Amino acid sequence: MTRNELLDLYFMDARAKLIDLAAFLDRVDRGTGEADFRLAAFREALKNLGGLQPTRARDVLLSLSDPTAEPIEKSPGKGAVGAWRKVESEC
Amino acid sequence: MRYIEPHGHMVSRTTDDYQAMVTAGCAAVCEPAFWAGFDRSGVQGFYDYFCQLTDYEPKRAAKFGLPHYCWLCINPKESEDMKLADEVLSIIPEFLARPNVLGIGEIGLNKNTRNELKILERHVDLAAKHGQMILVHTPHLEDKLKGTRLILDVIKGDQRIAPERVIIDHVEEHTAKMVLDTGMWAGMTLYPESKCTPARAIDILENYGSERIWMNSACDWGISVPLAVPRTILEMRKRGWSAERADAVAFGNPRQFMSQNPRFQI
Ligand SMILES: [Zn+2]
Repeated sequence: MTRNELLDLYFMDARAKLIDLAAFLDRVDRGTGEADFRLAAFREALKNLGGLQPTRARDVLLSLSDPTAEPIEKSPGKGAVGAWRKVESEC
Repeated sequence: MRYIEPHGHMVSRTTDDYQAMVTAGCAAVCEPAFWAGFDRSGVQGFYDYFCQLTDYEPKRAAKFGLPHYCWLCINPKESEDMKLADEVLSIIPEFLARPNVLGIGEIGLNKNTRNELKILERHVDLAAKHGQMILVHTPHLEDKLKGTRLILDVIKGDQRIAPERVIIDHVEEHTAKMVLDTGMWAGMTLYPESKCTPARAIDILENYGSERIWMNSACDWGISVPLAVPRTILEMRKRGWSAERADAVAFGNPRQFMSQNPRFQI
C-alpha cells in the first residue's frame, strides 16, 4: 500500500492513541506520591518512537522486557505488570 | 469467509459465542488446556477438566456443527507446585487416545522459574515418548522475551522433537523471528489489550511472511474477542490482501499444522 493509503486507514486511530498517551502522562503527573519503576520504563520506551528505522514496535517491546537469561528461583506471583523491574541484588 | 480458531478456551465461553463463530465461518475450534483463573485443589480437578475437554465440550460444539479438538497439559501457572504437576503429568497418557486430542499443550513458562522449566522439560519428554505434537504458551508482557528464549532452548535441546510439529504461541514483534528461524511454527494472539492487534498481526505477516504462522483469538474468561480472527480477515482485505491470501493464513495454515495429526480431519 502507499503511505497515503496507510494514512487513510490508520491516521485517525493513531492520532487518538497519541492523544490518549499524552493525556495518560498528564494524568500521572497530576497524581500524588512517588511513581514506581513503571513510569520510568514507560518514558524510556517512548524514546523508541523517535527511531528512524521501521522496527519501533519491536524496540518498544524490547525496552519493556526482562533482558536477563537465567530462570528465577521462585515465582513472585502469577501476573506480569508490563515493565521489567531491575532487582538491585541482581546488579 | 472460512477460518479455523486454533486456540480458544471454549469452556469459558457461552453458546452465543459458538453461534457467532460458526456464523462467521469457523470450521473448527481447538482448545488447549489452561489455567482456570484459580488454582485447582488437586489432581482430581484436572481429571475432571480433561474429561470436559475430551467429552463434554466436543459434544457442546457439535450442537453448532463445529468440530472441536483439544490439547492436554498442566499449564505453567500451576507448574510451580511440582508435586501437583507430576501428578497431573501421570494422568495425561490415559487421555491421549481420546479421538479429539491433538497433542500436549499449552505448556510453556509463566514467570520463567526453575520449577516451571523442569515441568516444561517433563512435558516435552512426555510428548516425545508418546509421539505427540506440542503447543506452547509464551509468557506475558515483560517476561515473554526471556521465556521464549528459554522455551526454544528446551525444545531445540531435545533431538526427539521435530520443530515443524511444535507451535510457539503468542509471538509479537520481538519474538516472531526467533521462533520462525528455528523451523517451529508461530502463533499470534489477537487481544484487545495485550499481545497483538489485527493491524500488528498483519504487519508481522507482511514482515516475516505467511509461512508456518497462525492467528488465534485465545478467547477465554478474560478480556478477549471470540471473533478476532474473522475481524482480522476483514482488516487484511482493507490492507489490500486478496481473499485467497487471507484464507491461506486463517484457514490453510492452521489446517496444515494440525493435519500433521491424522485425527484432524477438516
Ligand atoms: Zn490459551
